[in-house]
Amino acid sequence: MSRFLAGVLAAVPLLAWPQDEATPSVASVDTIEARVQGCVTCHGQRGQGTDNDHFPRIAGKPASYLYNQLVAFRDGVRLYPPMNYLVAYLPDAYLREIAGYYARQRPPFPAREARKADAAVVERGHKLATVGDPAKQVPACIACHGVGLTGMEPGIPGLVGLRTTYIAAQLTRWRVGDRRAAEPDCMKRVASRLSESDVTAVATWLSMQAPPADASPEPANLVRMPLACGSQR
Amino acid sequence: MRRAAGIGLVIVVALGVAAALAWYVFRPGYLPQTVTPAAKPASAMTQLIDRGEYLARAGDCTACHTEPTGDLFAGGRAMPTPFGNIYVPNITPDDETGIGLWTADDFYRMMHTGLSRDGSLLYPAMPFASYTKVTRADCDAIFAYLQSVPPVKRKNRPHELRFPYNNRELLVGWRALYFREGEYQPDASQTPQWNRGAYLVQGLGHCAMCHTQVNALGGSSESKAFEGGMIPNQSWYAPSLTSNREAGLGDWSLREIGEVLQVGISGRGTTYGPMAEVVYNSLQYMTDEDTEAMAVYLKALPPRQSEPPPPSSARLVQPAVMETGRRVYEKQCGMCHGDEGKGHPPSFPPLADNQSITMSSPVNSIRMVLNGGYAPGTRKNPRPHGMPPFAHILDDEQAAAVVTYIRVAWNNTGTPVTPAQVNELRKLLPE
Repeated sequence: MSRFLAGVLAAVPLLAWPQDEATPSVASVDTIEARVQGCVTCHGQRGQGTDNDHFPRIAGKPASYLYNQLVAFRDGVRLYPPMNYLVAYLPDAYLREIAGYYARQRPPFPAREARKADAAVVERGHKLATVGDPAKQVPACIACHGVGLTGMEPGIPGLVGLRTTYIAAQLTRWRVGDRRAAEPDCMKRVASRLSESDVTAVATWLSMQAPPADASPEPANLVRMPLACGSQR
Repeated sequence: MRRAAGIGLVIVVALGVAAALAWYVFRPGYLPQTVTPAAKPASAMTQLIDRGEYLARAGDCTACHTEPTGDLFAGGRAMPTPFGNIYVPNITPDDETGIGLWTADDFYRMMHTGLSRDGSLLYPAMPFASYTKVTRADCDAIFAYLQSVPPVKRKNRPHELRFPYNNRELLVGWRALYFREGEYQPDASQTPQWNRGAYLVQGLGHCAMCHTQVNALGGSSESKAFEGGMIPNQSWYAPSLTSNREAGLGDWSLREIGEVLQVGISGRGTTYGPMAEVVYNSLQYMTDEDTEAMAVYLKALPPRQSEPPPPSSARLVQPAVMETGRRVYEKQCGMCHGDEGKGHPPSFPPLADNQSITMSSPVNSIRMVLNGGYAPGTRKNPRPHGMPPFAHILDDEQAAAVVTYIRVAWNNTGTPVTPAQVNELRKLLPE
């Protein structure tokens, strides 16, 4: 595309205003906001998530984590056909730019799920997330995902703002080996030690947590992690 | 006077001497001789391998012979066909499992006749019906390039074809029906540029593999060349390149055709799905000259009005459907594609007067509404715009209504689609 044409396009304002958070909307064509409209019906205009249980909030997760996921979707290492299809022909540099864009976003968190959970289930989840289960060699979620559950740079995603269905589905995929990360794959080690009821419990408790005032991920390797993770290298 | 002239002469001579001295003192020193490899003319072998790499890209070998995270040309990828899975072979120069022991003669025979080195007949998933047109010199260059990549030891996986298709002898019949052996013969009545384009489109480009209707035997008929068709097992419709009602290119400018091929987007339309793959892996690497040559050839394909425009009765839409479609369009589509469907080309493609929206098969439009799509990221458009999926937002009736709306609004000449057609495509996985 000629630079001239791009310049003309950039000058064309689109007379569109967001109608709701999951509706395509852009102010100007030659912007990253316009380029990522392909994401918004599932992840929301600024990556805040939508009211659909299956699609995660992506805003504010570490850029490297988001980039790793985009590459894995493109190359078929992480399987989810709608995502595999969308990013199949996008080059690394562009995926990095998209990841960086969503990593910088700090949209407000949507209202938490109003879900009635069994007190014993919640307590089990609370324990797994904050203390872990030493008998099963399961470390606490917060040991790597941060005390505020906002994740850790560069490769560990925040968990706050995710829904029960999504968290449980991902943990299950990890347990059965459908989802994996760079070796040594620490999350695989953790997930394979969880029972099905552990997955339900921890997903339930995590989805009930209030976001901290600062939702930024923790800096890289400030704390020593209980397991070695390939994505932190 | 004479004295003055004498002084002048002295001054001129003095200045000349001073200048010569100054030059001598301040003359630039000799620069160290820098011989960069680029300054040397590339060796004949380098040139051959470079050309082979370019031609291998024109032939899009990598799309099938390389797995997304696998080694270059190591094969192994499953290619689903209506007859079962074919596993693409290793074409790295490994002696045991690849083509390391092949000769240039073996390679040319394979490209030209569809016979493997051991004499077995290749399945036409390998587009030898197109590659037969490639010249010996070009085959040799591709072969030299393939021999130059790192060898990978990886055994070929046997195909999983159903009876009777697992019997290669049946291919004799297929070949008799659909295979015409022979290198491309230039048409003396056409320009060299047209001939170059024809050579690339018919040969290495193997465009006919998708853009000519494939019949139940997996063959494509020459008399229907480039008239379009459903791509087997991908459920995308490859539009006709000859009908102006589809992707017929008669009224496109050469620039627009070239942009679709090489950039992936244009003022007239954008590539998604299988064509985006072709642009991403192959066409974006073509030179401007070759791109233009292909455009010249494609634009000159004789238009065939095999399909008359639908009668106005076929285009009647129930007012309620139209109203639903209009409301969905306003809420979900208008901000990118514009109130009048003009879009913001080339970033957001136009829907008004866009052949790919109005062509008889609505499959591509329905798929785009359900699954969205990104144009390929290319050297000339590395940061493409994309469209989000609406499968989880629109039910079958709403999706059918909005596709119907864009097919008939703004003087578009398409026909309505039914919720059942949407439902059929909703069951498929996006690809």
